[in-house]
Amino acid sequence: MEYWFSENHTKNVKLSIKVDKQLYSDESKYQRIDIFYSPEFGRLLSLDGFLMLTEKDEFIYHEMIVHPAMAVHPNPKNILIIGGGDGGALRELGKYDFIENIDIVEIDGMVIESAKKHLPFTACGFDNDKVNIYLQDGLKFIRKKYNCYDLIIVDSTDPFGVGEGLFTKEFYGNCYNALKDDGILINQHESPFYPEDSIAMQKAHKRISEIFDLAKVYQAHIPTYPSGHWLFGFASKGYHPINDLDSKAWKKREIETKYYTTNLHKGAFMLPKYVEELLKKVEKEDHAFED
Amino acid sequence: MQELNQKRAPIYEALCEMKNERIVPFDVPGHKRGKGNKELTDFLGEKCLSVDVNSSRPLDNLCHPMTVIKEAEDLTAQAFGASNSFFMVNGTSSGVQAMIMASCKEGEKIILPRNVHRSVIHSLILSGAIPIYVNPEIHDKLGIPLGMSTQKVREAILINKEAKAVLVNNPTYYGICSNLKEITGFAHQNGMKVLADEAHGTHLYFHKDLPLAAMHAGADMASVSMHKSGGSLTQSSILLLGENVNSDYVRQIINLTQTTSGSYLLMSSIDISRKKLALKGREIFEEVMEMTEYAREEINEIGGYYAYGKEITNGDTIFDFDTTKLSINTLETGLAGIEVHDLLRDEYNVQVEFGDIGNILAYISIGDSYKNIERLISALAEIKRRFGRKDKKLLIDCEYINPEVCMTPKKAFYSEKISLPLADSAGKICAEFVTSYPPGIPLLAPGELITPEIVGYIKYIKEKGCFITGTEDIQANCINVIK
Repeated sequence: MEYWFSENHTKNVKLSIKVDKQLYSDESKYQRIDIFYSPEFGRLLSLDGFLMLTEKDEFIYHEMIVHPAMAVHPNPKNILIIGGGDGGALRELGKYDFIENIDIVEIDGMVIESAKKHLPFTACGFDNDKVNIYLQDGLKFIRKKYNCYDLIIVDSTDPFGVGEGLFTKEFYGNCYNALKDDGILINQHESPFYPEDSIAMQKAHKRISEIFDLAKVYQAHIPTYPSGHWLFGFASKGYHPINDLDSKAWKKREIETKYYTTNLHKGAFMLPKYVEELLKKVEKEDHAFED
Repeated sequence: MQELNQKRAPIYEALCEMKNERIVPFDVPGHKRGKGNKELTDFLGEKCLSVDVNSSRPLDNLCHPMTVIKEAEDLTAQAFGASNSFFMVNGTSSGVQAMIMASCKEGEKIILPRNVHRSVIHSLILSGAIPIYVNPEIHDKLGIPLGMSTQKVREAILINKEAKAVLVNNPTYYGICSNLKEITGFAHQNGMKVLADEAHGTHLYFHKDLPLAAMHAGADMASVSMHKSGGSLTQSSILLLGENVNSDYVRQIINLTQTTSGSYLLMSSIDISRKKLALKGREIFEEVMEMTEYAREEINEIGGYYAYGKEITNGDTIFDFDTTKLSINTLETGLAGIEVHDLLRDEYNVQVEFGDIGNILAYISIGDSYKNIERLISALAEIKRRFGRKDKKLLIDCEYINPEVCMTPKKAFYSEKISLPLADSAGKICAEFVTSYPPGIPLLAPGELITPEIVGYIKYIKEKGCFITGTEDIQANCINVIK
């Protein structure tokens, strides 16, 4: 007897992970939430059948959605996470003791509850006095914020379901308003490889680069995501992800990581040629790549 | 006949039975359940094509309903509190046409507000009736045409005692209702029928907090767009009759212009939607009202926009307001409604129902979710921030220009005419329609005087991006006038 968790990565490709048992399954107002245990990847979380994280490779995603911006911004005090109900991004932010406040806006409280019960390795991020949890639509929350965050991290699902509103132009525009004059926006930016993902990736980049003066993209290797090649967006009102990287200062903090280094940081922004071309296609003339 | 049971849907049930019987079709339509047109079947789906069938004994006939269509119509009449109902397959326009043609013959008068849908004036051309317009007031801040003042309707009735009918929008496109009950009472005292254009009013029948529906107010006929708030397929509609209307005569009138190949897709969609409305209508519209109210509060908080609600009622020309309508005035943002409409679509992939000079209307229905409403609100906030103007001088706040009727629409429509450049047409009698779209209310109808004011206004709204339709010249640079 064998049980397999399978997710279609395209109509013709799927990834299957052998699972031992189901630890949790429930239907929230927004989505179906499942948590399994697998011999290879440890615990895994799926939302509406889409794999969100596994115990084994989540460190890559969560380190990469947090540390690059933290190594560029000289003094991030007030931070907003949109999505991220598993707590992984919070856990990474928890490593910086100079942060004063972290707001996390998750639409689905059941994701947080189920993570707290079954995903302690990420949900430990919630054990932090600086964290304020808001259970609401990120699009609504951000609309009412002006000039208050140093860093916004959009840790969303794909743009085809609950997360759809977090890939829209109005959302990015509202993020721009919510950031301080030197703020940075980091977002989960989909994959460049399979056509359906890469179209979403290009749309996101187009919308962000229309709003932010500087819109860059960086990459990481995440084994359980479609194609394994995943992108993040780095948009800012001024800071350049490489020119303004302060490696010395970051190293001095002695943050413990397994994936991220300041060397890798520079490399992550060096993209394969076909990805550069995909991005360039949707940028305005005056936003052409300069690196 | 069986007792009426709103859980039933006779046309739908008959179609299901027909499918089970696996009839071999040697009748039209020629696509034969889709088998003869693969591309169409792949596109619309086999299920859909399999019920695109012709009338037959078990399926009844729309032109002469005896069995399942008759039952479905009786159920509809019951659900809407009417004495009789007809399923209409050429939209509410065909219902409006039937109401007017059944009430007014050539040369007879009908009292109506100017902000009628173009289908009403088309009906006047067909029937030869004489329009007596009651001029709706314009809201001084919002720039929208309102309902009819009860006093003005009384005056029109007293001056035109021989008129046969009074037509009322219930509600207008913007959600505004006249005092239908009082108008109906006075019209009936004077022997006139009351006809309601309820193209935007299906839902009024199903919730007590919504404005009074025509049949409940005692009106004689109502054309109701099931395909708008009712949830049926585009083009499907119903005509409701009160107790003092001869339904057999109305059926004859409908058959003058109605297809003899009524679509079962449309009819079954009315049948299924009526069932849903009858059983769940109250909860559905409760939820729609909640969503709309939420959107109104959030949009008003942005500033610059004014999403209006019940507070605009004034006891007369805005006797009541349909709170499911999310009408938003945009003037204070410095943007025309049509500009906001275009920005929503082009920049944010959000399509709203219409934009006019000063307003947009976002249509909220049971198919909506809070998630999508957040997108609309956020997009509006962004539009104000990115495109809003401090200088508001460009915008005017008046949309209504009094028509001067010189001859009946029918006579003018069939008169000899010449085409003149719009700029040279002032002083002539118009021979065609000039309608600004959106929202589809005529600026000029056949038989009306073209004034310099109207010429200027048409030029202005064209610059603002509204379409002018109805003119023979598709660009609306020239206009047909009476020779």
